[in-house]
Amino acid sequence: MNIYADIFLTFSRVGAFTFGGGYSMLPIVQREVVERRGWVSEQEVLDFYSISQVMPGIIAVNTSIFIGNQVKGWRGGVLAALGVAFPSLIIIMVIAAFIANFVDLPAVQDAFAGIRACVFVLILRSILKLFKGAVVDIFTLALCVVIFLLSVFIDINPILYVVGAGLLAVGWRMAGRAKKA
Amino acid sequence: MIYLQLFFEFFQIGLFAIGGGLATLPFLERLSERTGWYTLADLANMIAISEATPGPIGINMATYTGFHVGGVLGAVIATLGVIFPATVIVLIVARFLQRFSKSMLVQDVFYGLRPASVGLICSAALSVLLISLLNGEAFRATGQLLKLFDWKSIVLAVALYLAMNKWKLHPALYIAIAAVVGIVFRFAH
Repeated sequence: MNIYADIFLTFSRVGAFTFGGGYSMLPIVQREVVERRGWVSEQEVLDFYSISQVMPGIIAVNTSIFIGNQVKGWRGGVLAALGVAFPSLIIIMVIAAFIANFVDLPAVQDAFAGIRACVFVLILRSILKLFKGAVVDIFTLALCVVIFLLSVFIDINPILYVVGAGLLAVGWRMAGRAKKA
Repeated sequence: MIYLQLFFEFFQIGLFAIGGGLATLPFLERLSERTGWYTLADLANMIAISEATPGPIGINMATYTGFHVGGVLGAVIATLGVIFPATVIVLIVARFLQRFSKSMLVQDVFYGLRPASVGLICSAALSVLLISLLNGEAFRATGQLLKLFDWKSIVLAVALYLAMNKWKLHPALYIAIAAVVGIVFRFAH
């Protein structure tokens, strides 16, 4: 098979079998990309995944692009990105079209009221996990709480908070190192 | 031109949401308030569907929002918009991978970005809390504090939380259970 078609189809499978956040893609990437294709090593997958977590964009997509790029340059990276997004596009459109027709039925409204409670719990649990990785000392705790409060009470673009936090962290770390030196 | 606006909005989200699918949440919440393309209740439904179906959540959210706003073409454009900036950035970064990951400056930046993302996600989760477990309308109408709490939903949420601690099942299964409980106990009525 053409290598580009192979990259697209392989990452379509990764997209189709990933449920939820980026971390849930790892088992299927290991099976499809490392074991079956031998395109990259297990260690490389982990490295790409770690870097993807702290980069803009969607973790699963970023990881796919890194791997595709490793296999066949930038074209490979682009096809991996399109491949991993493709199943979502089809599945979600079918579901969205279907739900839209039934959304006014009482039973559907009841179902979604129940589902919303579940979604809140899922988000809460994700936050607890993210919190452990992100809040590592008093500075990051303060930053997290302050940004939470600011964004609740002041309605400005979240991008400003992200950029501000990055600048603040660089300043804080640099000041810390200057003090030690 | 709604398609151009869709692409631009999701381009921004793809550029500035760092840390996985949920990181798009604060941006989508703001987009809802600013454009009125969808309500916060729609957003909660989108999250549920994104969690319950295959595909990375961030992609699903973009596809769902795009479809909701602009049909099939909207879905394709929003999805391409959200993956476009990362594609360019990742391809550039891949070239400088070694130097990039060891740079002290970059590590300092991410040291600040991670807790900032968590703070923003918490604030978005608060909005989900308001529409999922609380009942502002009934409270305003009656002024009774007890009416503020949607007791059925709160009991379900606590039960689900405890169940998730005990059994590590797939989120889609818990969502399906919550849907059935919602129908049986008529949660919206």
